[in-house]
Amino acid sequence: MSGDYASAIPELIMAGSAMALLMVGAYGGGDARRGVILWCAAGLMAVLGIWVATTAPTGQPAFSGAFLNDRFAQFAKVLILFSSAAMLVIGNGYLERRKLMRFEYPVLILLATLGMMMMVSSGDLISLYVGLELQSLALYVVASFNRDSQRSTEAGLKYFVLGALSSGLLLYGASLIYGYTGSTNFTIIAGIIKSEGVSLGLTFGLVFVCAALAFKISAAPFHMWTPDVYEGSPTPVTAFFATAPKVAAGALFARVLYGGFGDAVHDWQQILVFVSVASMFLGAIAAIGQKNLKRLMAYSSIGHMGFALVGLAAGTEAGAQSLLFYLAIYVVMNIGVFAFILSMERDGQPVVQIADLAGLARVQPAHALAVAVLMFSLAGLPPLVGFFAKFFVFKAAVDAGLAPLALAGAIASVIGAYYYLNIVRVMYLSDQERPLDIVSGVFGKVMVGGAALAMAAGWLPFVSSAIGLTDATLAAARALGG
Amino acid sequence: MEQAAIGGVGLEAYLTVAAILFVTGIFGIFLNRKNVIVILMSIELMLLAVNINLVAFSAHLGDLVGQVFALFVLTVAAAEAAIGLAILVCFFRNRGSIDVDDINMMKG
Repeated sequence: MSGDYASAIPELIMAGSAMALLMVGAYGGGDARRGVILWCAAGLMAVLGIWVATTAPTGQPAFSGAFLNDRFAQFAKVLILFSSAAMLVIGNGYLERRKLMRFEYPVLILLATLGMMMMVSSGDLISLYVGLELQSLALYVVASFNRDSQRSTEAGLKYFVLGALSSGLLLYGASLIYGYTGSTNFTIIAGIIKSEGVSLGLTFGLVFVCAALAFKISAAPFHMWTPDVYEGSPTPVTAFFATAPKVAAGALFARVLYGGFGDAVHDWQQILVFVSVASMFLGAIAAIGQKNLKRLMAYSSIGHMGFALVGLAAGTEAGAQSLLFYLAIYVVMNIGVFAFILSMERDGQPVVQIADLAGLARVQPAHALAVAVLMFSLAGLPPLVGFFAKFFVFKAAVDAGLAPLALAGAIASVIGAYYYLNIVRVMYLSDQERPLDIVSGVFGKVMVGGAALAMAAGWLPFVSSAIGLTDATLAAARALGG
Repeated sequence: MEQAAIGGVGLEAYLTVAAILFVTGIFGIFLNRKNVIVILMSIELMLLAVNINLVAFSAHLGDLVGQVFALFVLTVAAAEAAIGLAILVCFFRNRGSIDVDDINMMKG
């Protein structure tokens, strides 16, 4: 029993500190302490990230198989913790300048991150549901964090209604899976599928669960909330939505399909192929007409989730590896891009229109170069790292006999390249009298520059072997299959 | 494993009721053009339909996990309703209306 708690120490620390920080905020000075609480929360997540990364996971299921602490969970948790900490730090300046910063914000981010850690560690439908809801409930609140803004509250309301709908679908699917297998544990479900095959009721349950997880990962045709929520939420919240929750939902998707339904590949492969093709093309085509950078990034994230799901659709170990690889690269690119979007200002007001970027290269050549590199990487131009992320998912799909899917992905990425390159064109080739100001702290500059540098240099063999992403994703994917 | 009936009623009857309630909830969310409160009620209806499913399966299988799951669902649904209403109150303060047709600042 004590071993059970030992394998969940990071989560226990997160839960304890979230409540402690809430008490500090509520009884120890309120919003005057918001800075301290924010830095405590960010520091805690960074320290836990380092700790999880350097501690070998036990690999033993804990709490009767409800909580799995394996290499897969470890990889996803490190990614989630670091990206949450980064988003908390770079969003701080923006929220302070807009006078939106309250002490609840870091606490809510901590709770959402805890929910994500539970999600990627879940080995049971109940722990999956509780983790997912802990994440979602915190995210609904942060989406409407600017409570005096019509747009922000509308974003929160839309996110809540559609998020609750998807939770309902997930639960209905979970109840059918429970009814037709007699268990909520993924390992036992997998064993029953192996011995008895997939019954009709189980197929229905699987379809419901897949639809709900596609909602959470914002894959088409369940994407309709994404653009509105991204546009309406305060920009630091949008930035957060685009990173850590995507990793958690993607990893959870892999956990359910590989861990629980590994022998039912043919039943879910068609769903994933459809969802990924729809997401890739919707992300590529719908983004073309967008003028708002946040909305554009929403469609970009839909498209990228489509690419990530190509790896998952392969249904092989290489597929899971390429999914994790893709998510890691995607998060780094998005941290860089959003650190830049957060710094865009004119006359002390935030601006998020693409047209406002005109002439940036003239006044801010370093920033413009970094953003151009990130855009090229998002578009998937070789030799940047974004290209290799796409290359690996397509390779996994081809090896699994899904060459048409990989071909569709390649076509979608060519269409999608248009709007990324359009941003670079506006920065470098258009001009206006008074380009926007870049207001960012040290951390913001480091994130933009660091992400761009990682994308520009990460493909060099000695750099990539030093980072060790390939080995880490491989070990994580192996843990998932076993 | 096999129990013929729960309280004299077959498992199919419970599943049918739950499915009807669940579909009613989904239609309540998408067809309702009047009031956001109705959407919150529809969400609640969906979750309760799931609970009927879970408890019926639990009794049918002679396994308690389903009822434990149902208790978790009830608890989380309460938290979810609280947060939904809180967001709705914020929205009403800004907008002065909770008509579904007024949730249209951003078009997706």
